[in-house]
Amino acid sequence: MTISLSKRLGALALASATIVGACGSPAATTTPTTAAVATGPAATAGPTTPQVPSGNVTLAGAGATFPALLYQVWIEKFTAANPSVAINYVANGSGAGITAITQQTVDFGASDAAMKDSDIAALPADTTILHVPTALGAVVVIFNVAGVDTKPITKLNLDGPTIAGIFLGKITAWNDPAIVALNPDVASNLPATPIKVIHRADSSGTTNTFTTYLSAVSPDWKNGPGAGKSVNWPTGDGAPGNDGVSGGVKSGDGRIGYVELQYAVISGLSSAAVKNANGKFVQGSSDGVTAAANGALATFPADFRAAPIINGPGDTTYPIASYTYMLVYQEQTDAAKGQALVAYLYWALTDGQKEEKAIGYAPLPDQIQQKALDELHKITSGGTPIWGS
Amino acid sequence: MTAPATKSARFGQATSRLPDLAFRIGTGGFAWVAVAVVVLVGILLAVSSSDVFRTFGLSFLTGTTWDPVAQVYGALPFIIGTLLSSSIAIVLAAPIGILTAIFLAELAPRRVAVPLTFAVELLAAIPSVVYGLWGVFILGPFLKTTVGAWINGALGWIPIFGGHPDATGLFTAGVILTLMILPTIVAISRDVITAVPDSQREAMLALGATRWETITKSVLPYARSGVYGALILGLGRALGETMAVTMVIGNSSQLPKSIFDSSQTIASQIATTFSEAGRGLPTSALIGLGLVLLVITMSLNVVARLLVWRVAGPGTDRR
Repeated sequence: MTISLSKRLGALALASATIVGACGSPAATTTPTTAAVATGPAATAGPTTPQVPSGNVTLAGAGATFPALLYQVWIEKFTAANPSVAINYVANGSGAGITAITQQTVDFGASDAAMKDSDIAALPADTTILHVPTALGAVVVIFNVAGVDTKPITKLNLDGPTIAGIFLGKITAWNDPAIVALNPDVASNLPATPIKVIHRADSSGTTNTFTTYLSAVSPDWKNGPGAGKSVNWPTGDGAPGNDGVSGGVKSGDGRIGYVELQYAVISGLSSAAVKNANGKFVQGSSDGVTAAANGALATFPADFRAAPIINGPGDTTYPIASYTYMLVYQEQTDAAKGQALVAYLYWALTDGQKEEKAIGYAPLPDQIQQKALDELHKITSGGTPIWGS
Repeated sequence: MTAPATKSARFGQATSRLPDLAFRIGTGGFAWVAVAVVVLVGILLAVSSSDVFRTFGLSFLTGTTWDPVAQVYGALPFIIGTLLSSSIAIVLAAPIGILTAIFLAELAPRRVAVPLTFAVELLAAIPSVVYGLWGVFILGPFLKTTVGAWINGALGWIPIFGGHPDATGLFTAGVILTLMILPTIVAISRDVITAVPDSQREAMLALGATRWETITKSVLPYARSGVYGALILGLGRALGETMAVTMVIGNSSQLPKSIFDSSQTIASQIATTFSEAGRGLPTSALIGLGLVLLVITMSLNVVARLLVWRVAGPGTDRR
């Protein structure tokens, strides 16, 4: 974990250097600049941007591994600009994030899966949790198989029923007719190598997104393993964490697995183009996820607890995407911490959004960003809003 | 009791009794803390897992489905995975360990025995995550194409040796565990063999017995229960080993059909899923697994200790 994280940070430094330049002007329309957003809420809400408190404050957070890399970058940049605030984030999984915020051992939790009703029922009496969406990500299907020509296959088309068949253990060889039919260009190169599935061994938001997709595209999957943060996998080996899955897929011929987009990039593994609702084969990408998010705007729930975005409409939409959230209490018992938290969330929703594309996440659509900013006004301390309107 | 009494009389009652008492209570208190921790852990596990036992009863132990989505928890695949991987380890480690111990205790000259003992005990100093890494990248792929393929080819018609050997799975986990428990088995076996009184050997030699006869007919029978104890302590270590096993066993919650299948042990199931387990039944089920493992390893350890003590007396059961 530590090794790959530092590798990722290295790759990140390079990536941000190149992509910041590349996405300058087109991103300006979709990703609001600080100035644009600062005036945005100002018109509806108030003239000020939230400020950090004058004294030193340390915020503690815990949860999802999926956006951990993004959060590391955010924390680094935010605390550099606001030296009086220190933020510790422990990436120990979405479930752990929900548990930690419920038990009030952290100032903010993080989860890729929105809290379920049963999670909310377990909160301390008279408290309310706000879901603040921070980013979107894609779950991609990675594979490692040498073709008949002994070179690794780099391009592969898959559709929902085929992916479900593979993960159900019903499609067991790489030259199965179902895979051949989707890949006419490389059909003769597909080997008879047995398929070995690598899935998550731990309970994970990534698994929740992926199995929600499988349940949507395959009745057999829906009636069998079903959707959840961890499921009863019918076949294959489990590996811990996104790193574990990409490492597992990499370590043997004929293997297939699923990870958050950026982990595929880091591991250098090819990911499959997945057939979307419009019948187009789309590679997982930040843009594909943005398209998915824009397509799902109408169904975004008022309480922010959105399900994974599966099979959204549009030619460029990638079909397996999900929001990720920070979880905060509406009423902050410690005024200074609350003030720092609001300032950090505001920064994350505005300046922070510009960091996302460079590391394979998708920024929030404008409309959701605005909703999230409005949500920040609800955060109170002693009953009074911290960021007044 | 008489010694302190004379002592306190010499130094005067009032000054000596208090520090003595405090010392006694202090040391005793700390000693009991260890016992209290074990008891508290047991109670905590039992209380926290009561949910799952209330919901599933004994079928928690016999159920073969572990399905967090349907909220059905049956621990049998993990119990079987734990017992099978440990069995493979003990079957392989027992002959190697006992023969090594005999060599070190009875046959090897001192200048060979000392460095060899040191080397075997060094095996215990290798961190388990390093064993795991080595298993994933070197041993697993090696076993897959050599020993695994050979057993599978020769004995594949027996279901338990069927399937497709892979770098990960029960067999690789068993072989890794073999290496990890060898130091325990060798060290304790050597101790109990050394503890066999020389009169036993001398009697045999006086009767004209060979070295082989002395060892097999006199020394080993005398040390037998201690050696069993060593094996069981080794088994106990194999049952609870987590990190290395997690890395090579394949983490699959399906019931294994063959020693080449992927599987999962109780310890690695807890380690891989605990951090994100949902509250309520999922957490309770994992704690229930912990309780099952605690009961298995504790009873084994008690049996092992009794066996070792019978031969060598208390104090020789160092790991």
